[in-house]
Amino acid sequence: MRALKNLVFLLLFFVPVLAFAAPEETKEDAPEFDVTGMIMHHIGDAYDFHIISFTNGRGEKVHVSLPLPVIIWHEGHLQIFMSSRFQGGAALVAAGDDYLKLYHEKVYLTDAEGTIYYDDAHQVLNPKPLNLSITKNVASMLLASLLLAMVFISVARVYAKRGGLSVPKGLQLAIEPVVLYIRDDIVGAQIDKDKVNKFLPFLLTVFFFIWFNNMLGLIPFFPGGANMSGNISFTLTLAVFTFFATNLFGSRHYWKEILWPPGAPVYVKLFLIPIEFIGMFTKPFALMLRLFANITAGHIIVLSLTSIIFVLQSIYVAPLSVLLSLMIFSLEFLVALLQAYIFTLLSALFIGLAVNEHH
Amino acid sequence: MGILTPDPGLVFWTSLSFITLLLILRKYAWKPILRALKVREEYIEFSLKDAEQAKEEIRKMAETRKQMMNAARLEREGLIREARELKEEIIEEARAAAKLEAARMVEKAREQIDRERKEAVANIRQQVGLMSLEIAEKILKEELVSEEKQQSVIEKYLQQVDFN
Repeated sequence: MRALKNLVFLLLFFVPVLAFAAPEETKEDAPEFDVTGMIMHHIGDAYDFHIISFTNGRGEKVHVSLPLPVIIWHEGHLQIFMSSRFQGGAALVAAGDDYLKLYHEKVYLTDAEGTIYYDDAHQVLNPKPLNLSITKNVASMLLASLLLAMVFISVARVYAKRGGLSVPKGLQLAIEPVVLYIRDDIVGAQIDKDKVNKFLPFLLTVFFFIWFNNMLGLIPFFPGGANMSGNISFTLTLAVFTFFATNLFGSRHYWKEILWPPGAPVYVKLFLIPIEFIGMFTKPFALMLRLFANITAGHIIVLSLTSIIFVLQSIYVAPLSVLLSLMIFSLEFLVALLQAYIFTLLSALFIGLAVNEHH
Repeated sequence: MGILTPDPGLVFWTSLSFITLLLILRKYAWKPILRALKVREEYIEFSLKDAEQAKEEIRKMAETRKQMMNAARLEREGLIREARELKEEIIEEARAAAKLEAARMVEKAREQIDRERKEAVANIRQQVGLMSLEIAEKILKEELVSEEKQQSVIEKYLQQVDFN
């Protein structure tokens, strides 16, 4: 736990140093509040970690944010620089013969003038480089992973030091019932007893990884507030892992069920085979969409309810708006846990269907 | 649809951190935690089984004790009954013996009384005889003081005596 304190201290210490202020003139005739744009900006990714915005004494708007490293692989060269070099999209960064431009929180390859081409549907046509940047989402996920590792390794140390027979205390008390529940009621209930130990580390990691990322996404201020577990890339990756876990360890029985379903006439089999084959992919696909949609929807609802104040431009609607958003917010804490549970449960179910000897 | 398009960078970082996390946690967290939990469960299971066994043993011991007590009670009752019977027998015997002895003693006493009575009677008879003689002597002495009287008596007797 001392490590955690050190980390927080470190962050607090470095933030003012790393943060940069980008003052801009406050427009007097402010345009209408763009709800969709604000929400999409919040649930989307970013190349810097926004901390706070305020209007200073000279009437200038100041954004304080933590710049994050941009990692671009282009034309055989790896380029690493801080996102502050984009100056919020105003500046181009040279990469080989081309230039990198930050445009609507995405990095495109442009010419020296930074021209952006659009198609008819106003979609950007410029190519994107291979981009492995530590974005806001990645930073948030890394932080969640770090927290996860610290929490569980410290708990495991306590177990190793005090032995399994001592009365659990502290973090053990919080972790143990959850671990036991996952082991016995999620994994143990779906997967054969002799195979539980093989998949338990994976499913435990999935559960806590999703849960921690969900919770971190719900913290409304720095260093939370990213929407990593509500990002399709995140859920896709985890669903792919479940897909591999299901199919790489599938029993002979499982493959027979897909390739030559027993107990059906041959002409029915010909129909069943493609259905079973598609079923292999729809299961993780459903996993991917469910987590993505639930978490993103939660963020959108909370943001929308808060936006009512700014849309109506009235402070009198604020109590209602804040109350509603608080209610949804509380619900989101439940959803954060629930979606981690559902993802783990369904993964265990799919794995169980594939690896169990009997069904 | 921007939010529905997976970003290769995010996929890469998610995969990397998830796999790293999985490997690290599997070795340094899940293994010790799960092992400790298993140890505890086995210990509890073992203890429960042990307790069950001890309980069974206690139950058996109680059963044995009950049986032993039952046997002891039966034995005691038998002993008491036996003793009672013996006592009664002894009393009966003693009573019989006493009766016999008493009868014997009564008989003896009766005999003695009888004998003594006979002796006494004999004694009295002797005394009476003696006394009769003395009386007779005295009477005779008085009767025969004078000659005439002597003569008359002799005659009287002589008359009475039939010499035939």
